[in-house]
Amino acid sequence: MKFLVCISKTPDTTTKIGFVEGNTRFDTDKVQYIMNPYDEWYALVRAMELKESGGGSVTVVNVGPASNDAIIRKALAIGADDAVRINADDSDSFFVASQIAAYAKDNAFDVILAGKETIDYNGSEVPSMIAELLDMPFVSYASSLEMAGNEATIARDIEGGKEVVAVQTPFVVSAAKGMAEQRIPNMRGIMMAKKKPLQVIEPVGVTTSTKISSYALPPAKSDVRMVDPENMDELVQLLHNEAKVI
Amino acid sequence: MSVLVFAESPGGKLKKSAFEAVTYGKKVADALGTDLVALTCGPAENAGVLGKYGAAKVLNAADGLSSFDSQCFAAAIAQAAEQSGANVVVLSHNSYGKSLAGRVAVKLSASCVSGVTSVPSTDGGFMVKKNVFSGKAVAEYDLQASNKVLSVMPNTFPPEETGAEVAVETISVNLPAARITVKEVKTVEGSVPLPEAELVVSAGRGLKGPENWGMVEELAGLIGAATACSRPVADVGWRPHHEHVGQTGVAIRPNLYIAIGISGAIQHLAGVNSSKTIVVINKDPEAPFFKAADYGIVGDAFDVVPRLIESMKTFKAGQN
Repeated sequence: MKFLVCISKTPDTTTKIGFVEGNTRFDTDKVQYIMNPYDEWYALVRAMELKESGGGSVTVVNVGPASNDAIIRKALAIGADDAVRINADDSDSFFVASQIAAYAKDNAFDVILAGKETIDYNGSEVPSMIAELLDMPFVSYASSLEMAGNEATIARDIEGGKEVVAVQTPFVVSAAKGMAEQRIPNMRGIMMAKKKPLQVIEPVGVTTSTKISSYALPPAKSDVRMVDPENMDELVQLLHNEAKVI
Repeated sequence: MSVLVFAESPGGKLKKSAFEAVTYGKKVADALGTDLVALTCGPAENAGVLGKYGAAKVLNAADGLSSFDSQCFAAAIAQAAEQSGANVVVLSHNSYGKSLAGRVAVKLSASCVSGVTSVPSTDGGFMVKKNVFSGKAVAEYDLQASNKVLSVMPNTFPPEETGAEVAVETISVNLPAARITVKEVKTVEGSVPLPEAELVVSAGRGLKGPENWGMVEELAGLIGAATACSRPVADVGWRPHHEHVGQTGVAIRPNLYIAIGISGAIQHLAGVNSSKTIVVINKDPEAPFFKAADYGIVGDAFDVVPRLIESMKTFKAGQN
Protein backbone atom coordinates (compact mmCIF):
# COMPACT_ATOMS: atom_id res chain seq x y z
CA MET A 1 0.00 0.00 0.00
CA LYS A 2 1.43 3.37 -1.03
CA PHE A 3 0.50 6.21 1.29
CA LEU A 4 0.90 9.91 0.51
CA VAL A 5 0.59 12.30 3.46
CA CYS A 6 0.10 16.00 2.73
CA ILE A 7 1.77 18.15 5.35
CA SER A 8 1.49 21.86 5.88
CA LYS A 9 3.55 24.34 7.88
CA THR A 10 1.60 26.44 10.39
CA PRO A 11 2.44 28.85 13.20
CA ASP A 12 2.76 27.14 16.58
CA THR A 13 -0.50 27.03 18.55
CA THR A 14 0.86 29.46 21.16
CA THR A 15 1.68 32.13 18.54
CA LYS A 16 0.42 35.62 19.22
CA ILE A 17 -1.09 36.73 15.94
CA GLY A 18 -0.25 40.15 14.47
CA PHE A 19 -0.19 41.85 11.08
CA VAL A 20 2.02 44.29 9.18
CA GLU A 21 1.90 46.47 6.07
CA GLY A 22 -1.42 48.10 6.92
CA ASN A 23 -2.90 44.79 8.12
CA THR A 24 -2.44 43.14 4.75
CA ARG A 25 0.24 40.63 5.73
CA PHE A 26 0.66 38.17 8.58
CA ASP A 27 3.56 39.25 10.80
CA THR A 28 5.99 36.34 10.60
CA ASP A 29 8.52 38.00 12.90
CA LYS A 30 9.41 35.72 15.86
CA VAL A 31 6.83 33.12 14.77
CA GLN A 32 7.73 29.52 15.55
CA TYR A 33 6.50 27.12 12.89
CA ILE A 34 5.32 23.57 13.35
CA MET A 35 3.87 20.84 11.20
CA ASN A 36 0.09 21.34 11.16
CA PRO A 37 -1.01 19.19 14.13
CA TYR A 38 -3.79 17.37 12.24
CA ASP A 39 -1.34 16.42 9.49
CA GLU A 40 1.30 15.26 11.97
CA TRP A 41 -0.54 13.70 14.88
CA TYR A 42 -3.27 11.94 12.95
CA ALA A 43 -2.67 11.64 9.18
CA LEU A 44 1.05 10.90 9.29
CA VAL A 45 1.02 8.68 12.36
CA ARG A 46 -1.93 6.63 11.08
CA ALA A 47 -0.18 6.14 7.73
CA MET A 48 2.90 4.94 9.65
CA GLU A 49 0.82 2.49 11.68
CA LEU A 50 -0.86 1.08 8.57
CA LYS A 51 2.49 0.71 6.83
CA GLU A 52 3.96 -1.02 9.90
CA SER A 53 1.08 -3.51 10.08
CA GLY A 54 0.38 -4.04 6.38
CA GLY A 55 3.57 -3.06 4.55
CA GLY A 56 4.10 -0.43 1.89
CA SER A 57 5.59 3.03 1.92
CA VAL A 58 4.80 6.48 3.30
CA THR A 59 5.71 9.57 1.27
CA VAL A 60 5.13 13.09 2.61
CA VAL A 61 4.48 16.04 0.32
CA ASN A 62 4.62 19.74 1.14
CA VAL A 63 4.10 22.83 -0.98
CA GLY A 64 6.44 25.56 0.21
CA PRO A 65 9.85 27.22 0.18
CA ALA A 66 13.17 25.71 1.32
CA SER A 67 12.55 27.00 4.85
CA ASN A 68 9.88 24.27 5.15
CA ASP A 69 12.55 21.58 5.08
CA ALA A 70 12.74 21.55 8.90
CA ILE A 71 9.18 20.31 9.26
CA ILE A 72 9.65 17.91 6.35
CA ARG A 73 12.69 16.42 8.12
CA LYS A 74 10.54 16.05 11.24
CA ALA A 75 8.02 14.01 9.24
CA LEU A 76 10.88 11.83 8.03
CA ALA A 77 12.09 11.50 11.63
CA ILE A 78 8.64 10.31 12.67
CA GLY A 79 9.10 7.58 10.07
CA ALA A 80 8.06 8.61 6.55
CA ASP A 81 10.23 6.90 3.92
CA ASP A 82 10.74 9.81 1.61
CA ALA A 83 9.56 13.35 0.97
CA VAL A 84 8.72 15.69 -1.85
CA ARG A 85 8.69 19.47 -1.59
CA ILE A 86 7.02 21.40 -4.34
CA ASN A 87 9.01 24.58 -4.45
CA ALA A 88 6.40 27.37 -4.37
CA ASP A 89 4.59 29.64 -1.94
CA ASP A 90 1.27 28.13 -0.92
CA SER A 91 -0.78 31.03 -2.23
CA ASP A 92 -4.28 29.54 -1.91
CA SER A 93 -5.95 26.19 -1.40
CA PHE A 94 -6.58 25.56 -5.10
CA PHE A 95 -2.94 26.26 -5.87
CA VAL A 96 -1.77 23.79 -3.19
CA ALA A 97 -4.29 21.12 -4.19
CA SER A 98 -3.33 21.45 -7.87
CA GLN A 99 0.37 20.98 -7.08
CA ILE A 100 -0.23 17.89 -4.95
CA ALA A 101 -2.68 16.43 -7.46
CA ALA A 102 -0.20 16.95 -10.32
CA TYR A 103 2.49 15.13 -8.35
CA ALA A 104 0.17 12.33 -7.16
CA LYS A 105 -1.25 11.70 -10.63
CA ASP A 106 2.03 10.24 -11.85
CA ASN A 107 2.80 8.23 -8.73
CA ALA A 108 -0.20 5.93 -8.18
CA PHE A 109 -0.77 6.33 -4.45
CA ASP A 110 -3.40 4.10 -2.88
CA VAL A 111 -4.31 6.37 0.03
CA ILE A 112 -3.82 10.14 0.20
CA LEU A 113 -4.10 11.53 3.72
CA ALA A 114 -4.19 15.08 5.07
CA GLY A 115 -5.27 16.72 8.31
CA LYS A 116 -8.91 17.83 8.48
CA GLU A 117 -7.81 21.47 8.23
CA THR A 118 -4.80 23.65 8.94
CA ILE A 119 -4.80 25.65 12.14
CA ASP A 120 -3.90 28.89 10.32
CA TYR A 121 -6.42 29.38 7.51
CA ASN A 122 -8.87 26.70 8.66
CA GLY A 123 -10.09 26.09 5.13
CA SER A 124 -10.44 22.28 5.01
CA GLU A 125 -10.56 22.70 1.22
CA VAL A 126 -7.29 21.16 0.01
CA PRO A 127 -8.08 17.43 0.47
CA SER A 128 -11.49 17.71 -1.18
CA MET A 129 -9.94 19.62 -4.10
CA ILE A 130 -7.23 16.97 -4.49
CA ALA A 131 -9.93 14.29 -4.58
CA GLU A 132 -11.86 16.17 -7.24
CA LEU A 133 -8.77 16.85 -9.34
CA LEU A 134 -7.83 13.14 -9.22
CA ASP A 135 -11.42 11.88 -9.57
CA MET A 136 -11.15 9.95 -6.28
CA PRO A 137 -13.64 9.34 -3.49
CA PHE A 138 -13.09 11.56 -0.43
CA VAL A 139 -13.94 11.02 3.22
CA SER A 140 -13.59 14.05 5.48
CA TYR A 141 -13.01 14.35 9.24
CA ALA A 142 -12.14 10.70 9.74
CA SER A 143 -11.59 9.65 13.35
CA SER A 144 -10.60 6.08 12.48
CA LEU A 145 -9.19 4.37 9.40
CA GLU A 146 -8.84 0.59 9.11
CA MET A 147 -7.59 -1.22 6.01
CA ALA A 148 -8.34 -4.79 4.92
CA GLY A 149 -6.74 -5.42 1.54
CA ASN A 150 -7.95 -2.69 -0.77
CA GLU A 151 -10.97 -1.83 1.32
CA ALA A 152 -10.96 0.80 4.03
CA THR A 153 -13.48 1.19 6.80
CA ILE A 154 -13.60 4.76 8.00
CA ALA A 155 -15.53 6.42 10.81
CA ARG A 156 -16.11 10.11 10.21
CA ASP A 157 -17.35 12.79 12.56
CA ILE A 158 -20.76 14.14 11.65
CA GLU A 159 -23.02 16.50 13.60
CA GLY A 160 -23.99 14.72 16.81
CA GLY A 161 -22.37 11.40 15.99
CA LYS A 162 -20.40 9.27 13.59
CA GLU A 163 -20.87 7.81 10.14
CA VAL A 164 -19.09 4.59 9.22
CA VAL A 165 -18.27 4.19 5.53
CA ALA A 166 -16.47 1.69 3.32
CA VAL A 167 -14.37 2.72 0.33
CA GLN A 168 -11.90 1.03 -2.02
CA THR A 169 -8.46 2.38 -2.81
CA PRO A 170 -7.47 4.78 -4.24
CA PHE A 171 -9.12 7.46 -2.09
CA VAL A 172 -8.44 10.70 -0.20
CA VAL A 173 -9.15 11.00 3.53
CA SER A 174 -8.81 13.91 5.96
CA ALA A 175 -7.88 13.06 9.53
CA ALA A 176 -9.42 14.31 12.77
CA LYS A 177 -8.66 13.65 16.41
CA GLY A 178 -8.97 10.02 17.42
CA MET A 179 -7.36 8.52 14.31
CA ALA A 180 -3.95 8.08 15.98
CA GLU A 181 -1.80 9.31 18.85
CA GLN A 182 1.01 11.83 18.50
CA ARG A 183 4.49 10.28 18.12
CA ILE A 184 7.62 12.02 19.33
CA PRO A 185 10.55 11.26 16.99
CA ASN A 186 13.41 9.44 18.73
CA MET A 187 17.13 10.07 18.23
CA ARG A 188 17.49 7.18 15.80
CA GLY A 189 14.63 8.54 13.70
CA ILE A 190 16.14 12.02 13.71
CA MET A 191 19.52 10.66 12.58
CA MET A 192 17.97 8.50 9.87
CA ALA A 193 15.83 11.39 8.61
CA LYS A 194 18.96 13.25 7.55
CA LYS A 195 19.76 10.54 5.03
CA LYS A 196 16.25 9.98 3.65
CA PRO A 197 15.45 11.34 0.19
CA LEU A 198 13.86 14.80 0.02
CA GLN A 199 13.09 15.55 -3.58
CA VAL A 200 12.42 19.15 -4.62
CA ILE A 201 10.25 19.63 -7.68
CA GLU A 202 9.08 22.76 -9.43
CA PRO A 203 5.40 23.77 -9.41
CA VAL A 204 2.96 23.42 -12.28
CA GLY A 205 1.33 26.61 -13.56
CA VAL A 206 -1.95 27.39 -11.76
CA THR A 207 -4.11 30.51 -11.78
CA THR A 208 -5.31 31.39 -8.29
CA SER A 209 -8.54 33.25 -7.73
CA THR A 210 -8.70 34.06 -4.03
CA LYS A 211 -6.67 36.66 -2.23
CA ILE A 212 -6.68 37.95 1.34
CA SER A 213 -7.08 41.72 1.10
CA SER A 214 -6.87 42.55 4.81
CA TYR A 215 -6.71 41.14 8.32
CA ALA A 216 -8.12 42.33 11.62
CA LEU A 217 -7.93 41.17 15.21
CA PRO A 218 -11.24 40.22 16.83
CA PRO A 219 -12.88 43.11 18.73
CA ALA A 220 -11.52 43.39 22.27
CA LYS A 221 -13.75 42.05 25.02
CA SER A 222 -15.16 44.56 27.47
CA ASP A 223 -14.03 44.04 31.04
CA VAL A 224 -15.17 40.94 32.85
CA ARG A 225 -17.94 41.46 35.39
CA MET A 226 -17.24 39.47 38.55
CA VAL A 227 -20.17 37.79 40.25
CA ASP A 228 -20.23 36.75 43.92
CA PRO A 229 -19.78 32.96 44.06
CA GLU A 230 -22.43 32.85 46.81
CA ASN A 231 -24.96 34.58 44.59
CA MET A 232 -25.68 32.45 41.56
CA ASP A 233 -29.20 33.93 41.34
CA GLU A 234 -27.46 37.12 40.22
CA LEU A 235 -25.57 35.28 37.48
CA VAL A 236 -28.77 33.69 36.21
CA GLN A 237 -30.49 37.11 36.15
CA LEU A 238 -27.55 38.66 34.29
CA LEU A 239 -27.60 35.89 31.71
CA HIS A 240 -31.35 36.33 31.29
CA ASN A 241 -31.76 40.12 31.43
CA GLU A 242 -28.42 41.54 30.36
CA ALA A 243 -26.79 38.96 28.06
CA LYS A 244 -30.22 37.62 27.01
CA VAL A 245 -28.81 34.17 26.32
CA ILE A 246 -31.15 32.08 28.50
CA MET B 1 -27.51 34.96 -12.57
CA SER B 2 -28.71 33.63 -9.24
CA VAL B 3 -27.48 32.14 -5.98
CA LEU B 4 -27.80 28.41 -5.29
CA VAL B 5 -27.81 27.10 -1.74
CA PHE B 6 -27.41 23.42 -0.88
CA ALA B 7 -29.75 22.58 2.02
CA GLU B 8 -28.71 19.28 3.53
CA SER B 9 -31.26 16.82 4.85
CA PRO B 10 -29.56 14.07 6.87
CA GLY B 11 -31.96 11.17 7.39
CA GLY B 12 -34.45 12.92 5.08
CA LYS B 13 -34.96 15.85 7.44
CA LEU B 14 -33.99 19.49 7.03
CA LYS B 15 -32.28 20.84 10.10
CA LYS B 16 -31.37 24.22 11.54
CA SER B 17 -28.09 24.27 9.59
CA ALA B 18 -30.07 24.12 6.33
CA PHE B 19 -32.34 26.98 7.44
CA GLU B 20 -29.26 29.00 8.41
CA ALA B 21 -27.65 28.34 5.02
CA VAL B 22 -30.82 29.40 3.18
CA THR B 23 -31.14 32.52 5.37
CA TYR B 24 -27.54 33.40 4.54
CA GLY B 25 -28.07 32.58 0.86
CA LYS B 26 -31.02 34.99 0.80
CA LYS B 27 -28.79 37.76 2.18
CA VAL B 28 -26.18 36.99 -0.49
CA ALA B 29 -28.85 37.04 -3.22
CA ASP B 30 -30.18 40.36 -1.90
CA ALA B 31 -26.67 41.84 -1.87
CA LEU B 32 -26.29 40.81 -5.53
CA GLY B 33 -29.84 41.84 -6.46
CA THR B 34 -30.80 38.35 -7.59
CA ASP B 35 -32.91 35.35 -6.58
CA LEU B 36 -32.10 32.43 -4.36
CA VAL B 37 -32.56 28.82 -5.48
CA ALA B 38 -32.35 26.06 -2.87
CA LEU B 39 -31.29 22.51 -3.70
CA THR B 40 -31.97 19.41 -1.66
CA CYS B 41 -30.36 16.08 -2.49
CA GLY B 42 -31.97 12.74 -1.78
CA PRO B 43 -34.97 12.46 0.56
CA ALA B 44 -35.98 15.81 2.06
CA GLU B 45 -39.33 15.98 3.87
CA ASN B 46 -41.34 19.14 3.46
CA ALA B 47 -38.59 20.93 1.49
CA GLY B 48 -41.02 23.63 0.32
CA VAL B 49 -40.57 25.20 3.75
CA LEU B 50 -37.22 26.54 2.52
CA GLY B 51 -39.28 29.18 0.69
CA LYS B 52 -40.05 30.68 4.09
CA TYR B 53 -36.36 31.34 4.64
CA GLY B 54 -35.99 33.11 1.33
CA ALA B 55 -35.69 30.54 -1.46
CA ALA B 56 -37.62 31.67 -4.55
CA LYS B 57 -37.36 28.13 -5.93
CA VAL B 58 -36.70 24.78 -4.29
CA LEU B 59 -35.14 21.98 -6.33
CA ASN B 60 -34.74 18.33 -5.41
CA ALA B 61 -32.32 15.90 -7.00
CA ALA B 62 -33.50 12.59 -5.66
CA ASP B 63 -32.10 9.65 -7.57
CA GLY B 64 -28.86 8.12 -6.38
CA LEU B 65 -28.43 10.54 -3.51
CA SER B 66 -29.97 8.71 -0.58
CA SER B 67 -26.63 8.35 1.21
CA PHE B 68 -23.71 10.75 1.30
CA ASP B 69 -20.89 10.48 -1.22
CA SER B 70 -19.12 13.77 -1.83
CA GLN B 71 -18.48 12.95 -5.51
CA CYS B 72 -22.14 12.39 -6.28
CA PHE B 73 -23.40 15.32 -4.19
CA ALA B 74 -20.82 17.68 -5.70
CA ALA B 75 -21.88 16.59 -9.20
CA ALA B 76 -25.53 17.27 -8.36
CA ILE B 77 -24.77 20.69 -6.86
CA ALA B 78 -22.57 21.78 -9.76
CA GLN B 79 -25.16 20.68 -12.32
CA ALA B 80 -27.99 22.36 -10.41
CA ALA B 81 -25.91 25.56 -10.36
CA GLU B 82 -25.39 25.35 -14.11
CA GLN B 83 -29.05 24.55 -14.78
CA SER B 84 -30.22 27.52 -12.72
CA GLY B 85 -27.55 29.88 -13.98
CA ALA B 86 -26.15 30.35 -10.49
CA ASN B 87 -22.67 31.75 -10.15
CA VAL B 88 -22.61 31.71 -6.34
CA VAL B 89 -23.03 28.43 -4.44
CA VAL B 90 -23.65 28.50 -0.68
CA LEU B 91 -23.02 25.51 1.61
CA SER B 92 -22.96 25.01 5.40
CA HIS B 93 -19.49 24.80 6.91
CA ASN B 94 -20.24 21.44 8.56
CA SER B 95 -19.56 17.79 7.79
CA TYR B 96 -21.29 18.18 4.41
CA GLY B 97 -19.82 21.50 3.36
CA LYS B 98 -16.32 20.52 4.43
CA SER B 99 -16.51 17.50 2.11
CA LEU B 100 -18.10 19.42 -0.74
CA ALA B 101 -16.82 22.99 -0.94
CA GLY B 102 -13.47 22.17 -2.55
CA ARG B 103 -14.99 19.65 -4.95
CA VAL B 104 -17.75 21.96 -6.13
CA ALA B 105 -15.25 24.81 -6.51
CA VAL B 106 -13.01 22.69 -8.75
CA LYS B 107 -15.99 21.60 -10.87
CA LEU B 108 -17.14 25.20 -11.37
CA SER B 109 -13.63 26.74 -11.56
CA ALA B 110 -14.84 28.89 -8.69
CA SER B 111 -13.12 30.93 -6.00
CA CYS B 112 -13.73 29.15 -2.71
CA VAL B 113 -13.86 30.45 0.87
CA SER B 114 -14.92 28.21 3.78
CA GLY B 115 -16.33 29.22 7.15
CA VAL B 116 -17.59 32.61 6.00
CA THR B 117 -18.98 34.96 8.68
CA SER B 118 -20.15 37.95 6.62
CA VAL B 119 -22.48 38.83 3.78
CA PRO B 120 -20.38 39.64 0.69
CA SER B 121 -19.54 43.25 0.11
CA THR B 122 -19.68 43.91 -3.61
CA ASP B 123 -18.10 47.33 -3.49
CA GLY B 124 -15.21 46.97 -5.94
CA GLY B 125 -14.97 43.18 -5.85
CA PHE B 126 -16.60 40.33 -3.97
CA MET B 127 -15.31 40.33 -0.42
CA VAL B 128 -16.21 38.08 2.51
CA LYS B 129 -14.82 37.69 6.00
CA LYS B 130 -13.87 34.55 7.85
CA ASN B 131 -12.07 33.68 11.06
CA VAL B 132 -8.46 32.61 10.59
CA PHE B 133 -5.75 31.39 12.94
CA SER B 134 -8.50 29.41 14.69
CA GLY B 135 -10.41 32.48 15.76
CA LYS B 136 -7.41 34.60 16.71
CA ALA B 137 -8.00 36.90 13.71
CA VAL B 138 -10.42 37.77 10.93
CA ALA B 139 -9.40 37.90 7.26
CA GLU B 140 -11.21 39.52 4.37
CA TYR B 141 -11.02 37.48 1.17
CA ASP B 142 -11.39 38.78 -2.34
CA LEU B 143 -13.02 36.17 -4.63
CA GLN B 144 -11.87 36.97 -8.12
CA ALA B 145 -13.31 34.17 -10.29
CA SER B 146 -16.74 34.73 -11.81
CA ASN B 147 -18.06 31.66 -9.97
CA LYS B 148 -17.88 31.54 -6.17
CA VAL B 149 -18.36 28.85 -3.53
CA LEU B 150 -18.99 29.99 0.05
CA SER B 151 -19.56 27.81 3.08
CA VAL B 152 -21.20 29.66 5.95
CA MET B 153 -20.10 29.25 9.56
CA PRO B 154 -22.76 27.61 11.77
CA ASN B 155 -24.43 29.77 14.45
CA THR B 156 -23.66 32.96 12.57
CA PHE B 157 -26.87 33.73 10.68
CA PRO B 158 -29.89 32.58 12.72
CA PRO B 159 -32.80 31.33 10.57
CA GLU B 160 -35.12 34.18 9.54
CA GLU B 161 -38.53 33.63 8.00
CA THR B 162 -39.03 36.18 5.24
CA GLY B 163 -41.22 34.44 2.68
CA ALA B 164 -43.73 31.68 2.06
CA GLU B 165 -43.54 28.00 1.22
CA VAL B 166 -42.93 27.17 -2.40
CA ALA B 167 -43.50 24.07 -4.55
CA VAL B 168 -40.61 21.65 -4.93
CA GLU B 169 -39.35 21.02 -8.46
CA THR B 170 -37.60 17.74 -9.22
CA ILE B 171 -34.52 18.00 -11.38
CA SER B 172 -32.49 15.29 -13.05
CA VAL B 173 -28.72 15.22 -12.89
CA ASN B 174 -26.06 12.85 -14.23
CA LEU B 175 -24.20 11.25 -11.36
CA PRO B 176 -21.01 9.23 -11.28
CA ALA B 177 -21.28 5.77 -9.70
CA ALA B 178 -21.18 6.04 -5.90
CA ARG B 179 -17.91 4.72 -4.53
CA ILE B 180 -18.57 5.26 -0.85
CA THR B 181 -20.87 2.89 1.00
CA VAL B 182 -22.38 4.25 4.19
CA LYS B 183 -22.51 1.28 6.54
CA GLU B 184 -23.78 2.87 9.68
CA VAL B 185 -24.87 6.25 11.05
CA LYS B 186 -24.61 6.59 14.81
CA THR B 187 -26.12 9.72 16.25
CA VAL B 188 -26.81 10.29 19.90
CA GLU B 189 -30.57 10.84 20.19
CA GLY B 190 -31.68 13.97 21.96
CA SER B 191 -28.21 15.42 22.36
CA VAL B 192 -27.27 18.77 20.82
CA PRO B 193 -24.38 18.55 18.31
CA LEU B 194 -21.60 20.73 19.68
CA PRO B 195 -20.89 22.85 16.57
CA GLU B 196 -24.59 23.72 16.28
CA ALA B 197 -25.25 24.29 19.98
CA GLU B 198 -26.41 27.74 21.08
CA LEU B 199 -25.51 27.02 24.70
CA VAL B 200 -22.44 25.06 25.82
CA VAL B 201 -21.29 23.96 29.27
CA SER B 202 -17.63 22.98 29.27
CA ALA B 203 -15.27 21.74 31.94
CA GLY B 204 -11.58 21.08 32.38
CA ARG B 205 -9.01 19.50 34.63
CA GLY B 206 -10.34 21.52 37.57
CA LEU B 207 -13.06 18.88 37.86
CA LYS B 208 -10.45 16.35 39.02
CA GLY B 209 -11.96 13.26 37.39
CA PRO B 210 -14.59 11.91 34.99
CA GLU B 211 -16.79 10.87 37.92
CA ASN B 212 -17.46 14.56 38.62
CA TRP B 213 -19.09 15.32 35.25
CA GLY B 214 -22.56 14.64 36.66
CA MET B 215 -23.03 18.27 37.65
CA VAL B 216 -21.79 19.48 34.23
CA GLU B 217 -24.33 17.27 32.51
CA GLU B 218 -27.06 18.29 34.93
CA LEU B 219 -26.44 22.00 34.30
CA ALA B 220 -26.30 21.43 30.54
CA GLY B 221 -29.48 19.37 30.64
CA LEU B 222 -31.33 22.08 32.57
CA ILE B 223 -30.71 24.75 29.94
CA GLY B 224 -30.60 22.49 26.87
CA ALA B 225 -26.88 22.97 26.34
CA ALA B 226 -24.27 20.72 24.76
CA THR B 227 -21.34 19.57 26.89
CA ALA B 228 -17.73 20.19 25.95
CA CYS B 229 -14.27 19.90 27.50
CA SER B 230 -10.70 21.11 27.31
CA ARG B 231 -7.94 19.23 25.53
CA PRO B 232 -6.22 17.63 28.58
CA VAL B 233 -9.55 16.16 29.62
CA ALA B 234 -10.09 14.54 26.21
CA ASP B 235 -6.46 13.40 26.05
CA VAL B 236 -6.66 11.48 29.32
CA GLY B 237 -9.95 9.96 28.23
CA TRP B 238 -12.25 11.53 30.84
CA ARG B 239 -14.45 12.72 27.99
CA PRO B 240 -14.82 11.68 24.33
CA HIS B 241 -12.61 13.42 21.74
CA HIS B 242 -15.54 14.98 19.92
CA GLU B 243 -16.23 17.15 23.00
CA HIS B 244 -12.78 18.76 22.85
CA VAL B 245 -13.05 22.44 21.94
CA GLY B 246 -10.02 24.55 21.14
CA GLN B 247 -7.47 25.15 18.46
CA THR B 248 -6.89 21.46 17.78
CA GLY B 249 -10.44 20.44 18.60
CA VAL B 250 -13.78 21.86 17.56
CA ALA B 251 -14.11 25.64 17.11
CA ILE B 252 -17.49 26.84 18.31
CA ARG B 253 -19.40 30.12 18.53
CA PRO B 254 -22.38 29.56 20.80
CA ASN B 255 -24.46 32.32 22.40
CA LEU B 256 -23.34 31.17 25.84
CA TYR B 257 -20.17 29.32 26.82
CA ILE B 258 -19.80 28.35 30.49
CA ALA B 259 -16.24 27.26 31.30
CA ILE B 260 -15.79 25.38 34.56
CA GLY B 261 -12.31 24.67 35.89
CA ILE B 262 -10.60 25.61 32.61
CA SER B 263 -7.63 27.97 32.97
CA GLY B 264 -7.96 29.38 29.45
CA ALA B 265 -4.74 28.53 27.59
CA ILE B 266 -4.36 30.42 24.31
CA GLN B 267 -5.13 27.22 22.36
CA HIS B 268 -8.42 26.74 24.22
CA LEU B 269 -9.44 30.39 23.80
CA ALA B 270 -8.82 30.14 20.04
CA GLY B 271 -11.66 27.64 19.77
CA VAL B 272 -14.21 29.53 21.87
CA ASN B 273 -13.47 33.25 21.72
CA SER B 274 -16.16 33.86 19.10
CA SER B 275 -18.79 32.86 21.70
CA LYS B 276 -21.20 35.74 22.31
CA THR B 277 -21.20 35.44 26.11
CA ILE B 278 -18.54 33.67 28.15
CA VAL B 279 -18.92 32.72 31.82
CA VAL B 280 -15.79 31.53 33.61
CA ILE B 281 -15.88 29.64 36.90
CA ASN B 282 -12.41 29.08 38.34
CA LYS B 283 -10.94 29.01 41.83
CA ASP B 284 -7.75 30.72 40.63
CA PRO B 285 -8.40 34.48 40.30
CA GLU B 286 -5.31 34.70 38.09
CA ALA B 287 -6.67 32.22 35.51
CA PRO B 288 -6.09 33.80 32.07
CA PHE B 289 -9.62 32.87 31.01
CA PHE B 290 -11.07 35.71 33.12
CA LYS B 291 -9.55 38.21 30.66
CA ALA B 292 -11.68 36.72 27.87
CA ALA B 293 -14.82 36.36 30.01
CA ASP B 294 -17.97 38.46 30.20
CA TYR B 295 -18.89 37.13 33.64
CA GLY B 296 -16.41 35.65 36.08
CA ILE B 297 -16.89 33.71 39.30
CA VAL B 298 -13.89 33.01 41.50
CA GLY B 299 -14.74 29.93 43.49
CA ASP B 300 -14.49 26.18 43.82
CA ALA B 301 -16.46 24.48 41.05
CA PHE B 302 -17.74 21.94 43.56
CA ASP B 303 -19.45 24.74 45.53
CA VAL B 304 -20.36 27.11 42.71
CA VAL B 305 -21.82 24.71 40.14
CA PRO B 306 -24.35 23.02 42.48
CA ARG B 307 -25.44 26.51 43.57
CA LEU B 308 -25.77 27.59 39.94
CA ILE B 309 -27.84 24.46 39.23
CA GLU B 310 -30.22 25.36 42.10
CA SER B 311 -30.53 28.97 40.88
CA MET B 312 -31.13 27.80 37.35
CA LYS B 313 -33.83 25.36 38.53
CA THR B 314 -35.60 28.17 40.37
CA PHE B 315 -35.35 30.39 37.29
CA LYS B 316 -36.66 27.67 34.99
CA ALA B 317 -39.54 26.89 37.39
CA GLY B 318 -40.44 30.60 37.38
CA GLN B 319 -40.51 30.66 33.58
CA ASN B 320 -43.07 27.86 33.28
